[in-house]
Amino acid sequence: MDLVLIFISAAIVNNFVLSYFLGICPFLGVSNKLDKALSMGAATTFVMVLAAAVTWLINNLILIPYNLPFLQYVSFIIVIASLVQFVEMFMRKFTPPLYRSLGIFLPLITTNCAILGLALLSALRNYNFGQSVVFGLAAGVGFTLALCIMAGIREELDLAPIPEPFKGAPITLIVAGLLALAFMGFAGLISG
Amino acid sequence: MNILAISLIAMGGLGLFFAVVLGIASQKLKVQEDPIVEDVFSALPGLNCGACGFAGCHDLAEKIAAQGSLDNLGCPPGGAKAAAAISKILGIDAGNQIEKRAVIKCGGTRELAKERADYNGVKNCTAAELVGGGAKACSYGCLGFGDCETVCPFDAIQVGPDGLPHVIEEKCTACGLCVEACPRKIIELVPCSNRIVVACNSNDKGGEVRKACKVGCIACTLCVKTAPEGYSINCNLARVNYENGDSAADSAIAKCPTKCIVRL
Repeated sequence: MDLVLIFISAAIVNNFVLSYFLGICPFLGVSNKLDKALSMGAATTFVMVLAAAVTWLINNLILIPYNLPFLQYVSFIIVIASLVQFVEMFMRKFTPPLYRSLGIFLPLITTNCAILGLALLSALRNYNFGQSVVFGLAAGVGFTLALCIMAGIREELDLAPIPEPFKGAPITLIVAGLLALAFMGFAGLISG
Repeated sequence: MNILAISLIAMGGLGLFFAVVLGIASQKLKVQEDPIVEDVFSALPGLNCGACGFAGCHDLAEKIAAQGSLDNLGCPPGGAKAAAAISKILGIDAGNQIEKRAVIKCGGTRELAKERADYNGVKNCTAAELVGGGAKACSYGCLGFGDCETVCPFDAIQVGPDGLPHVIEEKCTACGLCVEACPRKIIELVPCSNRIVVACNSNDKGGEVRKACKVGCIACTLCVKTAPEGYSINCNLARVNYENGDSAADSAIAKCPTKCIVRL
């Protein structure tokens, strides 16, 4: 029950993108095509789950026992960067077209604040290992969900008669705002 | 001192661990790429426009490298320059590539072409063509909503205040996306050396054309009589014989009664 709560809370109610404002840059950058958004979401989710697991291990087996909490940021960043590098090599090998279409946004997962945010939040909330992994998975699913909703809307927007001054970035930001507003509807469903 | 040593060991150990893991992974996941693919890829414009029929420049480069020749493959935007560069990489003869650019075969501006109705629908040629053919009386002429302008990846077509699209030749790469996009098939790729074109696309008989537009081709055959080498008439429409060049078509420009033969 506890894990279900964490999952729903992180994926929907406190969606990383739409209520914590984390990971906005790929949310706006890679959300123009649905299939691309889905693969970006999958890559990010993969990194998030692994990062949640590995950072928990490092935090609880090395940093806390040896009283080194000040190394949290550095070590977490190392973990995330290494994982992204790994994902990049993996994609380049097995899905070259996807590797090329994600372009610069793939290495940018490294500095996706949603992932560092996830690692720091789960350290802050003293989650146990299972909770941490579920939290990572939920954050990834929530991120993918936000990206896919956005991509779906933006694909439709390409066909809509948008007033000239709103074309491009402005309408995208407006849509993002409306989505955030819509997700506010979930607030109060579960607290925390 | 103690904490300093522990931090050093912890960070050093972590760094070492990930370095080893990534090192092993980079060996296991090594991608063997054909160096020719990369060379061909860098010779292509890198626009990913899709005019070659593949998903992107890289796919075309792979196909060219695998095939080892340019037969049935080619990059329209890259044109002769890219073909020559690729041929050099592959060590084959480039052959002759004629440079082309898009030409709008309609001269029916707002003043010259009559309108038969108001069109208040979606501002899009394809949509207008679907609902009864838009506002213009001529059912072959340019609808003027600029589907070609929208689709052009190079900003080489712009719909002017006269309601007709204009091709900016320096930017046009003859990728052919506008030819596909135009629901009335008005746009044609013409060799750059041919300056004289018939700016009309109507297959209607002369009388019908006259009722709809002041600059339509009425198939009076005067151009063929004046310059038999330069023109041919087919389906009530004069066409320039591009392979014979401008010199063969030149003398008929002045004779054309509706002035639909134009020099670009």
